[in-house]
Amino acid sequence: MDSTPPLTPELRPQPETARAEAHIRPRGLKLIRSAGIRFALAYGVVFALAAFVLAVSVWRSTSTLLERQVQSSITDDISLLIEHDQFGGAASVVAALQQRLASPQDADRIYLFMDTTGTRLAGNLDQWPAGLSQMQTWYWLPVRRDGEPSTALLRATTLPSGGTLLVGRDVRALTGLRDMLRDAMIGTASLILVLGVLSVLLIRAQFRGVIRDISGTTRAIAQGDLSRRVPRTGKGDEFDELAGLINDMLDRISRLMDGVRQVSNAIAHDLRTPITRARARLEDVAAHADVPEPVQTAIDRATQDLDGIVRVFEALLRIAEIEAGARRAAFVTVDLSPMLRDMDELYHAVAEERGLQLHAAISSPLPVFGDRELVQQAVANLLDNALKFSAPEAVIRLSALLRDGVVEITVADHGPGIAPADRARATERFFRAEAARNTSGSGLGLALVAAVAQLHNGTLHLLDNNPGLCAVISIPAQLPPG
Amino acid sequence: MRILVVEDDKDVAAFVIKGLREAGHAVEAADNGRDGLFLAASENFDAIILDRMLPGGIDGLRLLETLRAQDNTTPVVFLSALTQVDDRVRGLKAGGDDYLTKPFAFAELLARVEALARRGKGDGPATRLAVGDLEMDLLSRSVRRGAQKIELQPREFRLLEYLMRHAGQVVTRTMLLEGVWDYHFDPQTNVIDVHISRLRQKIDKPFEQQLLHTVRNAGYMLRAEEA
Repeated sequence: MDSTPPLTPELRPQPETARAEAHIRPRGLKLIRSAGIRFALAYGVVFALAAFVLAVSVWRSTSTLLERQVQSSITDDISLLIEHDQFGGAASVVAALQQRLASPQDADRIYLFMDTTGTRLAGNLDQWPAGLSQMQTWYWLPVRRDGEPSTALLRATTLPSGGTLLVGRDVRALTGLRDMLRDAMIGTASLILVLGVLSVLLIRAQFRGVIRDISGTTRAIAQGDLSRRVPRTGKGDEFDELAGLINDMLDRISRLMDGVRQVSNAIAHDLRTPITRARARLEDVAAHADVPEPVQTAIDRATQDLDGIVRVFEALLRIAEIEAGARRAAFVTVDLSPMLRDMDELYHAVAEERGLQLHAAISSPLPVFGDRELVQQAVANLLDNALKFSAPEAVIRLSALLRDGVVEITVADHGPGIAPADRARATERFFRAEAARNTSGSGLGLALVAAVAQLHNGTLHLLDNNPGLCAVISIPAQLPPG
Repeated sequence: MRILVVEDDKDVAAFVIKGLREAGHAVEAADNGRDGLFLAASENFDAIILDRMLPGGIDGLRLLETLRAQDNTTPVVFLSALTQVDDRVRGLKAGGDDYLTKPFAFAELLARVEALARRGKGDGPATRLAVGDLEMDLLSRSVRRGAQKIELQPREFRLLEYLMRHAGQVVTRTMLLEGVWDYHFDPQTNVIDVHISRLRQKIDKPFEQQLLHTVRNAGYMLRAEEA
């Protein structure tokens, strides 16, 4: 059980702004915190990246292949024309060019043949393209062919006879193809992106479905409904396997708890029956036989001792019952303030009788979702302790207030308190602090208080009251909706 | 009063029967559920003391449910070793009027049985209660003893009202805790004694005749001396 001296930060009053921020931040982070989203995003990113790499490489290799084809056709052409030049001189080259230009299936061919003086001898280009200066080099250049602007892949060479030959191909068709390919790739990439987003959402939904089943079940179990199981899909996949494992674990836990319950019932019956008989006999003797005073006193003592034994195992069973969480089934929304006022009224007179003062400050309303009777018993235990350990004329404080969505019930006394080293253990069963060794009590009071607080999803903090003990039960408030 | 005891443990049954007879009641007994149901259904009783775990195929719950199904409204006090809150709730839901756990003090059992048996014969909602010269007006919520008006706190008034409604009967501390404070467990502190002594200061101290008596090992009783 937690018993750190300072209040936990969330229970402390916080400045308005800080709280407003704290309220907003988790919402923004919530999507990223979702494991489903993270998983699906990673999946989507890998998917998109793969698709992108594939598209780019297809585009690149296709366009490179097409360019190579054009280049090899040009180099073939050039070597043929060089042969013409070698065997027939410039005239043969001019004739070959004219023949090629006349052929309709070679419409995208571009030629320009000039002699050493720069005079145009043949070809379909009006002039030497600007920017083409080096021989034996590939150029992508805009050209004017028969007056029409176009783009061409060009290569110039000096013929053995001295003339300059420019051979090229109009690549409008090629760039068109390349553009079409690029557009197709962009289209495909967009489609992949859309599909990726869809699959992200789908994976997330599936994830959430599975998680909701599991978390819904475990939450119900934590609240004491041990009969719940994770629904099986029957698909035999990993999630189904996980659900099966969780269910096996729950079966085992509930078997163990049944075992504990059976032991408790056995204690209840097998221990109660003989004690009932013994108590009956003692009472019978005391009431009927003419017993002398000392024997009468001894019988009374024995009866009280038996009652003491019963009280201890009753408290143990009760703590076990509370810790099992079964009583959550009977939880209702209840305002604790009338009950606490009654407690104040009930104990006020007792405190006065013992020369003590009980100061109560109980605000209203104090709505919680819980079991009024259990909280009542917890507060009664704290008040019993406070009365027991207080020196005459001391002040005991009982206060209850609603702060930051938490109902805080505080019982503070000026008794010997609990040493800091012992506080962590003070809520263990049968723990008795040094100062309490010589007082009556079973050492189960605080254990029960802690169990009650925990059952209500709350905490019990034991603080120093300088001197004395300040016990704070904090239970989340049940605020009306809206 | 005629009381039926259905209890399978011989020692406990004998002790209860002996005690009830000594308190002036006529007692019938059964040591199993079948006989118990037969007796309860065929004869008239003022109250039934019923164990929950019984041999003979019919346990206490079944017995009571069968009885209630026949419109038998005889007050029933469960006497059981089953003490969990669930057990208690189940017992009261089945039609039980009170639930006492074992081990028990006979005085507690007797006080509860007598209170229940007498409750069944109530003479309608009273507006005035009186014990000796102590009078309580439930409408004006005023209390006077003889000619003297007594001022009481609201809770003291309820405590006195409870005692006056059970005048002449023993009222135990747990009965007061449950009936006046709606408190269903034993506090370690003797809270009831303190409140009783305060009430006594107001209604008895200034007067010659004492009305609020302490019954040793049992509880309290409000009665006029010669009642």
